[in-house]
Amino acid sequence: MSGPALLTIEDVVVELPTPRGNLRAVDHVDLSLGAGRTLGIVGESGCGKTMLSRAILQLLPKKAKLSGRVIFDGQDLVRLNAEALRRLRARGIAVVFQDPMTSLNPVLTIGTQLVETLQEHLELDAAAARRRSAELLAAVGIPAPEQRLSQYPHQLSGGMRQRVAIAIALSCEPKLLIADEPTTALDVTIQAQILDLLAREQRRRHMAMILITHDLGVVAGRADEVAVMYAGRVVERAPTPALFKNMHMPYTAALLAAIPKIEAAPHTPLAAIPGRPPDQTRPLKGCSFAPRCRNVGDQCLRSKPALTTAETEGHCYACFHPLKISAGVSA
Amino acid sequence: MHGNPTIVARDPLLKVENLVVEYPIGARTVHAVSDVSLEIARGETLGLVGESGCGKSTLGRAVLQLRRAKSGRVLFDGADLTALQGDALRKMRHRVQLIFQDPIASLNPRRRIGDIIAEPLVIAGVKDAKKRRELVCETLSAVGLDPALVVGRLPHEFSGGQCQRICIARALVLNPEFIICDEPVSALDVSIRAQILNLLEEMKQRFALTLLFIAHDLAVVKAVSDRVAVMYLGRLCEVGPSAQLFDKPAHPYTALLIEAIPVPDPDVRPAESVAVGEPPSPMAPPSGCRFRTRCPRADAKCAAEVPELRPVASGQYVACHHPLI
Repeated sequence: MSGPALLTIEDVVVELPTPRGNLRAVDHVDLSLGAGRTLGIVGESGCGKTMLSRAILQLLPKKAKLSGRVIFDGQDLVRLNAEALRRLRARGIAVVFQDPMTSLNPVLTIGTQLVETLQEHLELDAAAARRRSAELLAAVGIPAPEQRLSQYPHQLSGGMRQRVAIAIALSCEPKLLIADEPTTALDVTIQAQILDLLAREQRRRHMAMILITHDLGVVAGRADEVAVMYAGRVVERAPTPALFKNMHMPYTAALLAAIPKIEAAPHTPLAAIPGRPPDQTRPLKGCSFAPRCRNVGDQCLRSKPALTTAETEGHCYACFHPLKISAGVSA
Repeated sequence: MHGNPTIVARDPLLKVENLVVEYPIGARTVHAVSDVSLEIARGETLGLVGESGCGKSTLGRAVLQLRRAKSGRVLFDGADLTALQGDALRKMRHRVQLIFQDPIASLNPRRRIGDIIAEPLVIAGVKDAKKRRELVCETLSAVGLDPALVVGRLPHEFSGGQCQRICIARALVLNPEFIICDEPVSALDVSIRAQILNLLEEMKQRFALTLLFIAHDLAVVKAVSDRVAVMYLGRLCEVGPSAQLFDKPAHPYTALLIEAIPVPDPDVRPAESVAVGEPPSPMAPPSGCRFRTRCPRADAKCAAEVPELRPVASGQYVACHHPLI
């Protein structure tokens, strides 16, 4: 990583009480991210990727228990008071959610929602805020921005709504943008446009980004570094090219293999991962992926593998029987 | 027959002829399916792809007569379904089944799995309860679930992938000939998606099924389809054998869809903004070729004339004035 970290997550644990017992949604996660860099967090539903992003934003459900440290720009967010957090969430960290229909207020115009944010955090007067709002809409590729300001979210298509949500997120020039499955609700041709828009604005503003997705294809061309999560833990983390060239964790490789490939012939059987993710209210003693893993051994069922550093710089994996490790280097 | 008589499948089980489906919203009309003709051969899987709102689900429903067509015919094994009513239609539906996108929402949360899967049998008039139980257990085993552990439980006790297996069992229990799968894996996680796709392929072989597989994900469609039809704003753009269509797309829209798929390889740089704008409203589709407002090749002819589907290569048909091949 170049330069000091903008965001450092240390030993974060998030537990959610459920009728079936405590669910450990995030299980001892450490991550860091430099200014202007993109971290992709990849995993399937329930792996804890969204809860981790909520922990960074301090937007966890009320009953959730959080431990560990989230250090952003030198401050531990876990210890900040409500007012300081509120300032920080606009100008420090902003977020774009999956579903733009539910993240925008349906009874307020686009203009009201943008102007409100700008006036609150940047202390602009009404006219300046409206001017700035139109500029922001134009910047995110919305045609006729002046007219759009007086429209309501339901009058816009899904793609346009996500552009508005991005405009609001960018409005106070955050240092970090968290994009939580920003294109999952959108069609594939719109997805490409929105991902391009995010990349362009990120470069222009030298903003760091956490791109959360279930699709390895989305992070491949767009993230500097990727963290793969499974059952609340980071099971592999590496610079993107190193990860795709040399996957060490069997789960990462299985996830990639399970994606239907456009170049494969029709009716080629897919490499499915047997079984399903474990119940996180009943944590396993060993590796969480062991029941579904091809490389499973006795040790995997007895104890949890720690995140180990591989031979390549910045590449870590949590596995007793990693793939493609040259002899003599493995821990 | 006029329209597109050229797209002939060998031994067609299903023939859709010049189908038009429209529905009113207030004073306006949604042109959901406009003059679509296609055939599906016995034992074939036809993939139907397109973005949300292109009419692909409406087409699937119109085949089953869940949505009545404004004009056109749907011939299933020679019988015109659009002319059927009441009892005759119900009888036909024993032979054609549907699997939906959201497996959890399509199961009644208050009924036990055994009863859910036996319901089609009850409707079909299988009176013997023991016989019904046998068929339910047989079908559950076929989709990879243990009947003893499953029949007495409620849908909320199962994961999304298991619920989709249950939905597949419900579709199979009447031993149908034809199944319409409407986005059957889009709500599932990657690791589960592959399991369900493999299961569908296996069931297709085992029960000698013909499938209409509707999805927006081209890679998923290619994995299971013999032929693929691409739909845009209510019209077919291109139809062809799947490997050929993905290798050499003739319609600019097909090419755009293929290019927009994110590739899980960091060495493949994503093409900068391959897509141009967003699809227009199906309430006011553009004149001529409906794709022309987003098409880099569009000219005056595209605005003036609706392109007809015509052959461009062996088995491949395109509706475009300026095809790529």
